[in-house]
Amino acid sequence: MHTWTLILLLLAVMALAYHLGMKRAITRVGGLKQINHLHSLPAYYGVYAALWAGIPALLLLGLWLGFQDHFITALVTAQLPPDLVAAQSAGQIDLILNDIKNLATGNIVSATVTPEIQAAATQFARFEELSTQAQWLAVLALALGGASFAWSRTEPQMRARNRVESVFLVIMVIFSSLAILTTLGIVLSVLFESLRFFELVSPLEFFFGTNWSPQIALRADQVGATGAFGAIPLFTGTLMVSLIAMVVAVPIGLMSAIYLSEYASRSVRAIAKPIIEVLAGIPTVVYGFFAALTVAPVIRELGAAVGLEVASESALAAGLVMGVMIIPFISSLADDVINAVPQALRDGSYALGATQSETIRLVVIPAALPGIVGGILLAVSRAIGETMIVVMAAGMAANLTANPLDSVTTVTVQIVTLLTGDQEFDSAKTLAAFALGLTLFVVTLALNVLALSIVRKYREQYE
Amino acid sequence: MNNTPSPPPASDAPRRTIDIVNASLKRRYARERRFRRLGAFAVALGLSFVVLLFTDIVSKGYTAFAQTYIQLPLNLSAEVIDPSGSREPATLAAANYTKLIRDALRQQFPDLTERQALRRLYALVSVGAGDLVREQVLAEPALIGTTPELWVLADDDIDMLVKGNIDRTAAPEDRRVSDETIGWVTQLEQQGRVAKRFNTIFLTHGTSREPELAGIAGALMGSFYTLLLTLLLSFPIGVGAALYLEEFAPKNRWTDLIEVNINNLAAVPSIVFGLLGLAVFIGFFGIPRSTPLVAALVMTIMTLPTIIIASRVALKSVPPSIREAALGVGASALQTQFHHVLPLALPGMLTGAIIGMARALGESAPLLMIGMIAFIVDIPSGFTDSATVLPVQIFLWADSPERAFVERTSAAIIVLLAFLFLMNLAAVLLRRKFERRW
Repeated sequence: MHTWTLILLLLAVMALAYHLGMKRAITRVGGLKQINHLHSLPAYYGVYAALWAGIPALLLLGLWLGFQDHFITALVTAQLPPDLVAAQSAGQIDLILNDIKNLATGNIVSATVTPEIQAAATQFARFEELSTQAQWLAVLALALGGASFAWSRTEPQMRARNRVESVFLVIMVIFSSLAILTTLGIVLSVLFESLRFFELVSPLEFFFGTNWSPQIALRADQVGATGAFGAIPLFTGTLMVSLIAMVVAVPIGLMSAIYLSEYASRSVRAIAKPIIEVLAGIPTVVYGFFAALTVAPVIRELGAAVGLEVASESALAAGLVMGVMIIPFISSLADDVINAVPQALRDGSYALGATQSETIRLVVIPAALPGIVGGILLAVSRAIGETMIVVMAAGMAANLTANPLDSVTTVTVQIVTLLTGDQEFDSAKTLAAFALGLTLFVVTLALNVLALSIVRKYREQYE
Repeated sequence: MNNTPSPPPASDAPRRTIDIVNASLKRRYARERRFRRLGAFAVALGLSFVVLLFTDIVSKGYTAFAQTYIQLPLNLSAEVIDPSGSREPATLAAANYTKLIRDALRQQFPDLTERQALRRLYALVSVGAGDLVREQVLAEPALIGTTPELWVLADDDIDMLVKGNIDRTAAPEDRRVSDETIGWVTQLEQQGRVAKRFNTIFLTHGTSREPELAGIAGALMGSFYTLLLTLLLSFPIGVGAALYLEEFAPKNRWTDLIEVNINNLAAVPSIVFGLLGLAVFIGFFGIPRSTPLVAALVMTIMTLPTIIIASRVALKSVPPSIREAALGVGASALQTQFHHVLPLALPGMLTGAIIGMARALGESAPLLMIGMIAFIVDIPSGFTDSATVLPVQIFLWADSPERAFVERTSAAIIVLLAFLFLMNLAAVLLRRKFERRW
């Protein structure tokens, strides 16, 4: 709550600076009557002052909050008694630090509290308090300093509007560069962790191994002591679920797009299209629940009725429901591209005596094919990256199987499973999740780039 | 056409094209009808999936809005609850209300004396029933000294039994409730002491291990804080980015790169954003996990592409004449945008923002990565409290084995869908109200 109060206070200072800056500009020019001698409107002088008050102080606050923890932790670590630190691995030191932090904030700690740790915790709390006080002082001083600097610079001739506008422009450039920063952040964070993973497990084993049991031995003589990180079963599982989904979604989505854009009356289209698109707006966790509690039991009973053995977490249930989820993607994308096919092509076909279905099958669809393929590729990338449905309805066991009634696991399921337990950050198990994430990111990115370029080429063709 | 039928039986008359066409017409028309019917069938299938999904969820979940209570005469004697007679909240809170409920239950079945049987009898009411009675007494101290007929929360198994989700006629080993318990419940029902009342606990409590005590208030507040912060962050950033890219950016490699990036980010699997949040926000910046703050940061990054794309479309729809007129009377480029273009484009941008928020409300996969699946009973009261969000709560409840959690999960889904419906409705209304044709 401390920080929020400070931010509110900062906003108050900014408002004050705005008011004073505006006043100052008016008095400097000689009252409201002389206001036409100002370079800019008075409000710009106010904004100028407010920006000087707010931006440096906010930047400082951001930096402070970002690095305070690192800084204090380093300080406390440096002061830990050497015999406590010596002969401990990095992970154990992290544990001790964690205990110290928990102790300082009054939480429950894992180990027994020794006097050294108690002392360190007191130290930690003291540093934290000091840091907060210094932070308040520095931020507010900077805000007031900035405001008074702007106040002293306020002259009737100062080009306040241009300065304010250039600041806004810079802010907008930064905002639009966030997209690049995000991509960079994804690539770097996932890449670094993956590289560390590939130091422990060779990429060859990861991409071509057929045995997946990501566990770390607690004792050296444990059964199955070494974990196996062969991701092939995950890839095949993902492919199978996605394939089932596409088998459901492509025919239904494509046919309904054709019907709605070519056959249906205006009123039918106006009702049916939004209703089908409701399917795209339903949260995936709802589909997961539906798959696990409604579809899977039905499939199991159907299987039992015809004498087939169906796993309770079969790939079929997850795939079917995922297919339902993807129907609107395909239908609305296909709808767009079918509508983009010029009417002249249809008219030409009708003039040669073709029926409507012949026109659609032999003229419209081939003309729209690149766009449709692009849409399907987008849908595939969506299916591969879908998480909740498979987490809830597909299994955990990595089976290398081609039987859709068996339980399979997928890349996303394993990422979730590996990262939601209480794991330390450095074990091969956790890092494996990042390697899987990198694979997922690269594959979906490639599919998207391919699909988007196909769709764009197709659009240019008819524009 | 290329599906020309085989020629009709040879005759001496020369074969004319029209004969070939006429001969094939019947088949071609049949094919036309088949194709058309196939299309209609696909549409019907799509529609029926929607209907099936909604009826399944609603039929499973609507019962959770009622909850079984047992009416018991509780002897709230002053000697037991408030021996000192001070009516101090601390004293009132310290009294053993569970014992009072147990005494009242025993009165209903006076011939039970064996300890094991009594323990089974006590299991009729929820383990949290005492706390609820305590709240009631604290709110209404006048009850002390009387013996009011109070409605006491029943256990989830009894709730399921009363709602008919546990079959009373099934073999005893197939159901969770014994014949003995069913006998007691039937007896209480005949006395009119069992009733289903509106389930306020579901809407006002945080989660719990006991289904009858579990509510969605904590998750709702978590979702609220997360969405609020997401909106505060992503809307200004999205609008600023769209404004720059659409109106100011020079056409060069850098802006091309940004555009390609935004389009690709819109299609990156959401779970990857969770990995980013885990590695960067939690791992590097040390933001506490499981908080609405870190969730909002991840959600902001996730919804930004949606908002930027929608905002650019809205900006594109403002005609150039507006810009030219403003520039013509001497407005600067920024004044033109902020005073004239932006207000006209704002409804479209808001529509995009609402749709982005609706997506963020339903999203759960990246939040699993950043610790939102912790079991948190308390209702969060700020951006840095540990919290969970509604979809993640649904995920957690769906994993619980108790039968009563199935209906609660469905009910939580109904609430989630209702919110999504309202948000989408708002977007549609906004678009309709402010839609302008230039």
